[in-house]
Amino acid sequence: MTPSSEAILSTGRERYRALVGRRLLLLATLALLLCVSLVIDISTGPARYSVLDVIRTITTPSEVDAQRRVIIWSIRAPSALMALAVGMALSVAGGQMQTILNNPLASPFTLGISAGASFGAALTLAFGIALLPGSVDYTVPLNAFAVAMLTALVIHTVNLRRGATVQTIILLGIALVFTFNALLAIVQYFVSDQAVAAMIFWTMGSLTKATWPKLAIAVAVIVAVLPIFVRQSWALTALRMGDAKAASFGVRVHRLRLQTLLLVALLASVPVAFVGTIGFVGLVGPHIARMMIGEDQRFFLPATALSGALILSLSSIVSKSLISGVIIPVGIVTSLVGMPLFFYLILRSGRQSW
Amino acid sequence: MVAIALEGLGAAYGNKHVLSDITTPAFNGGEIVAVIGPNAAGKSTLFRRIAGIIGGPGRIALSGVRDGSRSVAYMPQDDTATVALTVYESILLAAKQGGAWRVGAGDLARVDKTIADLQIGDISFRYLYELSGGQRQLVGIAHALARDPDVLLMDEPTSALDLYRQMEVLGLIRRLAEERAMVVFIALHDLNHALHFADKALLVSGGTVQRCGTCDEVITDAMLRDVYNVVARIERCSRGQRHVIVDGVFVREHAPA
Repeated sequence: MTPSSEAILSTGRERYRALVGRRLLLLATLALLLCVSLVIDISTGPARYSVLDVIRTITTPSEVDAQRRVIIWSIRAPSALMALAVGMALSVAGGQMQTILNNPLASPFTLGISAGASFGAALTLAFGIALLPGSVDYTVPLNAFAVAMLTALVIHTVNLRRGATVQTIILLGIALVFTFNALLAIVQYFVSDQAVAAMIFWTMGSLTKATWPKLAIAVAVIVAVLPIFVRQSWALTALRMGDAKAASFGVRVHRLRLQTLLLVALLASVPVAFVGTIGFVGLVGPHIARMMIGEDQRFFLPATALSGALILSLSSIVSKSLISGVIIPVGIVTSLVGMPLFFYLILRSGRQSW
Repeated sequence: MVAIALEGLGAAYGNKHVLSDITTPAFNGGEIVAVIGPNAAGKSTLFRRIAGIIGGPGRIALSGVRDGSRSVAYMPQDDTATVALTVYESILLAAKQGGAWRVGAGDLARVDKTIADLQIGDISFRYLYELSGGQRQLVGIAHALARDPDVLLMDEPTSALDLYRQMEVLGLIRRLAEERAMVVFIALHDLNHALHFADKALLVSGGTVQRCGTCDEVITDAMLRDVYNVVARIERCSRGQRHVIVDGVFVREHAPA
């Protein structure tokens, strides 16, 4: 090998290492922004605290007055951390749905998985129906999970059919959303006004429902699912190269897709069960990650998780700051922010990555 | 050395049998086998069957492989990814499948070597969706080569390449087949390429093997008439190389009813 061809060979390696370095820096920046956003989120609310107050209360809780300790530790911190957990779960769920369905518009919200989870939870709230066996305290999340899973399986089955295009799946998603909304309306028709009010507030998606035990479950689900995705990073990235290509690399395409979809249903149903429907985080988060960091899942996955968490954390700050003294349900904020991107994704054209 | 023989391979999509009883003698490392046949003959299905992507009856007798899990690499025909990966990353991805999670210096060296072999260093940090059809095809070849296989299946690898690149790529495949002692199955529509670059020819038509042997044995005037429905001559040029010259379509005379 001549010295010059040796030089050409090592340039590729060096450029790749530089690319990896840039990505790690981006991930670190996202993580830093997330910490800042978290502290601001905790400090924002009807009773305003400075960032320093928050940090002091978190680091040395025994030295601050009881009222502040209760507000920050028992009310604000669970909500603010739940925003991170839910943002992460929804964003990763959306990102992996886009990966396995090869569809830029896929997300738990747009394909009806969130609506299915809402309906499942409503069955419990209205009639006390339990679709899966389990502790009474967790009938609502279990039901949400069961219907979300069924919805995911319907999407999977249709996607397997020959000739199922990107558009087919989106139309199926619309049909599923309509179906679950209609079923939800029927349920609401037959229950008391009080229960209807509870259901409507609950479908709006609000982080104020967060408590430490719910947060623990959400975190447990994320901690259980994310490592599985991380381990399969290479195979999942290959799926985006097309089925034939992935299969030619030895990836068991159908098995990986089904397994991922079931995990996605789990990730997407937990937030819905605990904080209600929060739309578009699962759509926007992955797209931001993809634009910043590309689609190598080793970087895409953490970037998706971090950007989703950051979006919901910022939305939470906005939901508390728009009208003084009022906390708007965060689902409304994310929908207002996410809708323009959804339109953009539908209307844009040309050859590009999505 | 690696050797591969096909024994009674079949494949079906639903109830429709696309391949049946594909049987060949053993092909040895270093050999290039041109898989030829008209459109919809079952060539791509045969590749998918050998690659293990689809199942079916029959057996692939493979011996002398170095690493059983990645002995066969398949390059599909259409390659239209919208994924946000650079060429370099996509080749790394191909090399890493089924291997360790971490990227080591050896992995990067393998990617660099593949890029140098195919002379695609100038596009190695472009995104896949920015590439032209021909560039995509070169990258597709890079994906297959990066897996360092014993058996390489290439479905029309040169269909989108200009004349220079066709010669380059086929020459490279010829050289690598010998250097790495690979068996290369290559689906080709241009029979002159088969005559120039392949050692053996496997004629597939109607989902089964019509003929298998050296290119001279398989590619004949009579075969072109019977299987391809063209009137053609195989003639030697001034350099003694055999060429297919197609004069026109072959019109079968039907007896009046």
